[in-house]
Amino acid sequence: MDEILEILEGNSRYSEDEIAVMTGKSVEEVHKAIKEYEEQNVIVGYTTLINWEKTSRESVLALIEVKVTPQRGEGFDKVAERIYKFKEVKACYLMSGGFDLTVIVEGKTMKDVALFVAEKLAVQEHVLSTSTHFVLKKYKDKGVIFNKKPEDDREVLFI
Amino acid sequence: MNIEDMVLPSIKNIPSSGIRKYFDIVNEMDGVISLGVGEPDFVTPWNIREAGIYSLEKGHTHYTSNSGLKELRAEISRYLNRRYGLDYDPENQIIITVGGSEAIDIALRALVGPKDEVIIPEPSFVAYKGCTLFAGAVPKVVNLRAEDDFKLTPQLLKQAITPKTKVLIMPYPNNPTGAVMTHEDIAAIVDVLKDEDMIVVSDEIYSELTYCGNHVSIASFPEIKDRTILISGFSKSYAMTGWRLGYVCAHPVLIDAMKKIHQYAIMCSPTTSQYAAIEALKNSSDDVLYMVSEYNRRRRVMLHGFRKIGLDCFEAQGAFYVFPCIKSTGMSSEEFCEKLLREEKVLVIPGNAFGACGEGYIRACYASSMENIMKAIRRIGNFVSKHCSKQAD
Ligand SMILES: Cc1ncc(COP(=O)(O)O)c(C=O)c1O
Repeated sequence: MDEILEILEGNSRYSEDEIAVMTGKSVEEVHKAIKEYEEQNVIVGYTTLINWEKTSRESVLALIEVKVTPQRGEGFDKVAERIYKFKEVKACYLMSGGFDLTVIVEGKTMKDVALFVAEKLAVQEHVLSTSTHFVLKKYKDKGVIFNKKPEDDREVLFI
Repeated sequence: MNIEDMVLPSIKNIPSSGIRKYFDIVNEMDGVISLGVGEPDFVTPWNIREAGIYSLEKGHTHYTSNSGLKELRAEISRYLNRRYGLDYDPENQIIITVGGSEAIDIALRALVGPKDEVIIPEPSFVAYKGCTLFAGAVPKVVNLRAEDDFKLTPQLLKQAITPKTKVLIMPYPNNPTGAVMTHEDIAAIVDVLKDEDMIVVSDEIYSELTYCGNHVSIASFPEIKDRTILISGFSKSYAMTGWRLGYVCAHPVLIDAMKKIHQYAIMCSPTTSQYAAIEALKNSSDDVLYMVSEYNRRRRVMLHGFRKIGLDCFEAQGAFYVFPCIKSTGMSSEEFCEKLLREEKVLVIPGNAFGACGEGYIRACYASSMENIMKAIRRIGNFVSKHCSKQAD
């Protein structure tokens, strides 16, 4: 049934009818499968990929490397939870290697992000250090290359 | 001197393609959705392109051996074994060609001449008949039937065999119908062939693109393996049409004969493409799987779409074409295609472009984005309902 997930991951706007045709299943089967995925939180949500740079909205994105002292019995989860609950945090991953958490933060301006780091993130108990990197340009996100609409430039020929 | 007289009559007599006129119309029009061209819409996977670029950076800009890079032949041999259980010696049973196209040409030129007959099941790819004629031989067309799902049946084959028959073309998975032959179907054909003195030229260029089970190669039947010339290539399975790379596998005696033509007419296949193809065979089977599952979804959408419009459409199981019947519209194939193009801006190819028995059908290629396919189906639906209601008046 994972094919339905693949299709929705590529384009969540396909209707159940369309997905049924694509997969060769009945509409009822597709409906039931999607419902189950939603209930089990396999499908966590539906979003739209937007290139905000092309709009008038001002925003900046930063990737912050965070070093943390893990807690006895809880590892990193408790600290991570205190961090990812902030609405400014768009993504939060536990990492292997030289630091522990990647925290992706969005703000209106660089100052906003810097203040967030200084006032909310760096001061968390068990956070040892932070290192903030601002995103200058998004080339590709979620597997999609930005700023380049694929076009069909195949020439007509006789085959 | 009349320059016209300088062209061989046998060439002059080959009609120029009837569908060229559509291409002229397409070039003048904006917003045409083309389901006409038989090539992948995917761009060659990046790792393959990158390998080609890297070979240039390293300065691999010379000829290769006539048969092609040894490493590539070895990879092809391994690939054919892994995928289809075939055994070909890279030393003397494989030539790298300029697409499957060159392979078809050199196979026929090495085998047939005046008075020899080549059995060509139609509808099928146009090059078989053309190359047969260029070789001076006689095409013996077998008209495949929708009621057989456009498969070659032992009965049809037997009827076509004469003492002059030298070659049978096996065009599966088929362009333009999308038909495939199962193990059972092929076994029945092999049963007829094993008592005949003829060579099978099996064009398996679409072998990766099957949607209801793995492709079966006729060369996997030991009874006739030595009499089979297997043709395949990179164009369709790896989305590499522009690289112009294919290959031909056969008994060393046949390979030797074909190599003589290949080395004089071609020298060797493009070097950059050969390096890229090594990467394709080594590291791109996931890309193939991805493309096949995409095509399969589009195939289902197209079959469903045509049937919903009310056009009969047999279950194409291979390549990237569907072949709906348009007889119910009362139009000829060419009329249908020209009107559809002018009125709804969708390009499909008349079935009779692939042989007279394709009349009453159209070929629609689903190597196009899902968005385009859905849009095209809507437009074809409008077109059919407009013309069929007129007919009913
Ligand atoms: C059935 C068949 N064989 C061979 C070819 C030739 O392909 P290439 O020369 O690109 O390998 C095509 C191309 O459309 C085809 O449809």
